[in-house]
Amino acid sequence: MRTAVPRCWSLACLLVCVCFAAGTARAAESLLHKNAPEFVLADLNGNKVDLHAYRGKVVLLDFWATWCAPCQLEMPRFVAWQKQYGPRGLRVIGISMDDDPELARKLCKKLRLNYPVMMGDEKIGELYGGVLGLPVTFLIDSHGVVRAKFQGETDMNAMEEQLKALLLQP
Amino acid sequence: MNRRLTLRLGMIAMLAAFASPVVFPQFASPSAGAAPGSAFSIPQDQLLQPDALNRLLREAGAEKPLVLQVGSHVLFAEAHIPGAEYAGQGSLPAGIQQLQNRVSALSRKKLIVLYCGCCPWNRCPNVGPAFAKLREIGFSNVKVLYLADNFGANWVEKGYAVEKGR
Repeated sequence: MRTAVPRCWSLACLLVCVCFAAGTARAAESLLHKNAPEFVLADLNGNKVDLHAYRGKVVLLDFWATWCAPCQLEMPRFVAWQKQYGPRGLRVIGISMDDDPELARKLCKKLRLNYPVMMGDEKIGELYGGVLGLPVTFLIDSHGVVRAKFQGETDMNAMEEQLKALLLQP
Repeated sequence: MNRRLTLRLGMIAMLAAFASPVVFPQFASPSAGAAPGSAFSIPQDQLLQPDALNRLLREAGAEKPLVLQVGSHVLFAEAHIPGAEYAGQGSLPAGIQQLQNRVSALSRKKLIVLYCGCCPWNRCPNVGPAFAKLREIGFSNVKVLYLADNFGANWVEKGYAVEKGR
């Protein structure tokens, strides 16, 4: 009897911790394995970009900004991947969270981005689960399902491996 | 003897790591090595941890600080600390001017808390210049909210209150 009570409390505490951890994980990864929220935006050249039209392709959706140093380290890799994996079905899309499109336009030119870039706002940030720190990159499979989210400075080799795996899927 | 030496070397290594701004940026003190304008240029005793600010904002009767976000206006609109104002992007001259305009009429002893949370602390281009400007123009009671990763991870996901809108 004396040992039964402590065991119950231990199990109860463990259950609370597991539920808390699970809840936290759910909040942070709520878009994973769900359909990517769709949007239609004009890119910096005035062309319409409709995410739904990218079904059948693997999409790398990158939220960035000109003041974000880690973003500027990633973007040349995205340029290289678009060139290398584009024939296999990769489409990179950038969303700048800058306040001033001219700053974004200048950096796009400097980095010679070979993919469309749109100006984001708080609405699309919220649509994608809250973009409250940059960079944030989503990998969306050919069926439009979010398969990965990368927040902050990321192991680019690991991202590339996941990308390649998605390109192999039907 | 070897065990004692090992223990001593281990303690020295731990002390070195503890003092390292790379491993523990919150303990970094401004030094000749800190790039001007970087977040590391902000003295450690001017940093405020998120839980401390949260307690201060909720404490009845306590002097409430003027909380100014000096990063991205888009990210501010998504979520910000209740009562905070957007005061211009600290890494841009126009942003620094906006900050200066906001505080120009205030007492130089006013408690002001700056924050950004755009990206990891060691990469933030905004809080350092904003802090430096306020100190330059005579504000003596300025703190900076230390957000190690970003506003989402270190404030929102901790369950602290947020507001939305510009």
